[in-house]
Amino acid sequence: MQREWMIVAAMAAGTLITRFLPFILFPAGKEKPRYLEYLGKTLPYAAMGLLVVYCLKGVNFLGPSHGLPEILAVAAVAALHCWKRNSLLSIGIGTVFYMFLVQAVF
Amino acid sequence: MEKNDCSAFRYAFPKTVPVLVGYLFLGAAYGILMKVNGFGLVWTLAISVFVYAGSLQYAGVSLLAAAVHPLYALAMSLMINARHLFYGLSVLEKYRGIKGYKPYLIFALTDETFSVICSEGPPEGMNRVAVYFWISFLDQIYWVAGSVIGCLAGGFLTFNTEGLDFALTALFVVIFTDQWLTQKDHRPALTGLLVSAACLAVFGADAFIIPAMAGILAVIVGLERTDRKKVETACRENG
Repeated sequence: MQREWMIVAAMAAGTLITRFLPFILFPAGKEKPRYLEYLGKTLPYAAMGLLVVYCLKGVNFLGPSHGLPEILAVAAVAALHCWKRNSLLSIGIGTVFYMFLVQAVF
Repeated sequence: MEKNDCSAFRYAFPKTVPVLVGYLFLGAAYGILMKVNGFGLVWTLAISVFVYAGSLQYAGVSLLAAAVHPLYALAMSLMINARHLFYGLSVLEKYRGIKGYKPYLIFALTDETFSVICSEGPPEGMNRVAVYFWISFLDQIYWVAGSVIGCLAGGFLTFNTEGLDFALTALFVVIFTDQWLTQKDHRPALTGLLVSAACLAVFGADAFIIPAMAGILAVIVGLERTDRKKVETACRENG
């Protein structure tokens, strides 16, 4: 159990570092480098693309299901969201749809 | 001050309702995952209060279940949460000069709180800091409450939870889609998606995040150069 608590402490420390670092590196009064503004405007979008890929990294396209449940469910979430623009609806229905696919279809 | 705080709360609460719904749902899914992996209320509560980072907490379920080395857990935390560096950079100006509450505001800057704070400009005369505080604090209450509810309910679950963790993937697909629909310039989003996918294909699932982040930074620096040159050329042409 001690090891598990150390994992929790490591997760807390890692999170604190990533959240506080910008404020420590660029305290009030210190001028920000020019490219930082551009990064602040573009990185949040790139980071979300990275996160989507990160979530799907375990999908095996050569496996028995060929990644079809993931492809179908992601497409359903994106399509539903374009249509209704309701985050909860998209996430809720997408998750139930995915659970149905992996449990009952594939 | 008291009255001002009260009006700040009344102003902040409606802004957080989408997060309320999302966090209760995703938090509950997290609590259930923790419970079915053998980690009960104390673990779930402690992690939701002190770590408070959704995607890392989901990944943390498997880190805990596999009892990995704490240093590996730290490296994973830094990688998964690296995007928070960008959020911090984006609100540096907004949080400049705030006293007292600032450490908590920075601690509680999750993806969702960031998105609400970012789109937030409280009306003149209202205590701006109190609004930021309430948005941040309410969001964390929703997350903690959701995960506790999930953890408690998880003990009574009799249905098959396989695939439930897709809720997190769905959340990111939703945020990605939202950003795509509201942004004119799709190059940053495409960069994130394509560079990451390429790095995943080349380096494999266990080692792709660091090269992907480096690649994304490189492409974005390149985009910045191109944009700056375009602006400079346009300025010259217009005299």
